[in-house]
Amino acid sequence: MPPTTPRPSPRATPAAGTGDALESTTRAFDANTRRALADTNLQDALARLSHGFPARRRDAVARMPEFEQLRDAARDIKVHVLENLDAYLERFEARVKDNGGQVHWARDAAEARDLILGICRDVGARTVTKSKSMIGEEIAINEHLENNGVEPVETDLGEYIIQLRHEPPSHLIAPAIHLSKTQVAETFRKVHEQFPAERSLEEPRVLLDEARSVLRSRYFEADVGLTGANMLVAETGSVVVVTNEGNADLTQSLPRVHVVIASIEKVVPTLEDATAILRVLARSATGQEMSVYTTFSSGPRRPGDLDGPDAYHVIILDNGRSKMLGGDFHEMLRCIRCGACLNHCPVYKSIGGHAYGWVYSGPMGAVLTPNLIGLEDTGKLPNASTLCGKCEEICPMRIPLPKMLRHWREQQFATRQTPATSRAGMKLWAFLARRPALYRLATGTAMAVLGMLGRRRGRFRTLPMVGGWTAARDLPAPQGPTFSSLWKQRNGGTS
Amino acid sequence: MSEARTQILATIRGSLKRGSLPAEGQAALDQRLGQPRSGPIPARSQLDPVARIDLFVGEAERVDATVDRVAGAAEIPTAIATYLAGRNLPGIIKMAPDPALRAIPWSENTALSVTEGPGVGDDMVSVTTAFAGVAETGTLVLLSGPEAPTTLNFVPDTHIVVIDAGCIAGTYEQVWTEIRAAVGGPLPRTVNWITGPSRTADIEQTLLLGAHGPRRLHIVVVENRDPENG
Repeated sequence: MPPTTPRPSPRATPAAGTGDALESTTRAFDANTRRALADTNLQDALARLSHGFPARRRDAVARMPEFEQLRDAARDIKVHVLENLDAYLERFEARVKDNGGQVHWARDAAEARDLILGICRDVGARTVTKSKSMIGEEIAINEHLENNGVEPVETDLGEYIIQLRHEPPSHLIAPAIHLSKTQVAETFRKVHEQFPAERSLEEPRVLLDEARSVLRSRYFEADVGLTGANMLVAETGSVVVVTNEGNADLTQSLPRVHVVIASIEKVVPTLEDATAILRVLARSATGQEMSVYTTFSSGPRRPGDLDGPDAYHVIILDNGRSKMLGGDFHEMLRCIRCGACLNHCPVYKSIGGHAYGWVYSGPMGAVLTPNLIGLEDTGKLPNASTLCGKCEEICPMRIPLPKMLRHWREQQFATRQTPATSRAGMKLWAFLARRPALYRLATGTAMAVLGMLGRRRGRFRTLPMVGGWTAARDLPAPQGPTFSSLWKQRNGGTS
Repeated sequence: MSEARTQILATIRGSLKRGSLPAEGQAALDQRLGQPRSGPIPARSQLDPVARIDLFVGEAERVDATVDRVAGAAEIPTAIATYLAGRNLPGIIKMAPDPALRAIPWSENTALSVTEGPGVGDDMVSVTTAFAGVAETGTLVLLSGPEAPTTLNFVPDTHIVVIDAGCIAGTYEQVWTEIRAAVGGPLPRTVNWITGPSRTADIEQTLLLGAHGPRRLHIVVVENRDPENG
């Protein structure tokens, strides 16, 4: 049995008295990271992810010669929507009402939680089936329902597993990506007491079939089905939900009440616009051409229908997004939560999602989280990036993530949240950079000394002040003159 | 929560540094909504009808659906009975109460047992029609209604879809145009795009079919080749 490392669990404690949903463990980012790097189960899982998702995306893109044009079109739709967000939300609301549904508005997580609980109480709900929703995570709806006597049942397989383990998701589209099948088997053996204790649970197929059989009855028992939304269509008042498992469809077609929780930036103008975005979503996310189930739902059961919910509610959540419009982080609102930036990020692939300490991880999380819960609590995140640019390169919506990470770093520096050692280092560098002669003397001397000291081996195994580097790899010893002096030679003395 | 609504819309407008959209801006939006524009259309689906059906079949099989092509409606019962027997599945079908399906001679030549209704707990096999197919990705488009309960698409282990070859379009956009023309008002309560059977890769990225929805998706394409069945 492999050792299980205790994980930070931001899910455990909703912050009291504020609109914030979850307490972030981002302040403990350094410790989270060290723990993640030492966790062999997690490192195995991340290795699987690094080989899986990016290769599948590459293959899907290779099959679609128009992919770059599709990205441009998808981006342009969201650019247009954000400029007219109020009008499209009003139109969407009107159409949902025409379809016989109800629309509710929530300024923050607390309002959204109360709205959902209110709907559950009105129909005397005891259980709520849920299909995976990042907004559900953002507002910590499960804890709120549990604390008020309503049982939430996650139905996405990965989300179900982490609900049983009381963990937050570690990836936008693959919430249990950090776990091994052995860990899943341990969890099922502990929780599914209705099955023989000695049964074999070695194969993923067996684990899936067990979860399928357990969840089947839950779908039919549930009073309310709660889903997120990939998009909201203003033209028709439709909610678009995408899954591969089919869990969102069972969640929204079997219970008496369907509740949708969606954030304001999810709206798009027309069905054609939704279609254009769907063409880049699955390809970027899983490398599929299209996800298995794409469902456009427009209101409750109609006269003569043999199934479908009697009541249909859409909760539109702001939670800080309206303030992002028009500012440095405006473009982040184009994000469609595909997870491609996580799958391609060298930092995410090294530490996984939990180390980021809140609901969203990877480059998109590092940009979004400080917007939603404040820079003070999440200051490490904008620095959890090498600024290599891969995220922007593959983002289907062409979001300039590195630029926005730099915005946060600048704000941190301006508000003196950067650590004193970094600030002192920057000051020293700035002092030298403004004095070229001194700079050349200092770097020239340093390089000459290091070159001499390292001449025999050609590299350093340890060196004072750069232990973070030399702990994992050698530092090459400098060879020959500095860049500036080489440049000077080549350009005949002009620098 | 109208207070929340007012405040959210006001904050949006404040951030965009404007008030409500002026009349001409609203008119431009109305026009964009009233005359939906397609984005770039992938060239691979722009084919003649025969090649388009082949592409649909190829793409559907690529995502683990199985496809049977029959000459006419009269062949459907035997084709389905053979498919089920070949997989050792029961010949007990829950069928959508759809006139097109009712017209099929189920009891001739087969021992299939056919009932109608929505999908419920112990249904093993469902048969439905599709409004359209999309060749680009082998996607089926199903509309809900009194004749088409959506639960049949998700509850049973095996979902069999009967589709007329003439309903297979190149792109999703063509299907939206056809749906708007066919319904002439609000969209049906549910429009389901289905691209292969249910699946998950949530455990160690191992791809497994049959997560919560059907384990098998079988498509019967009716080609109407025989004039007798035309």
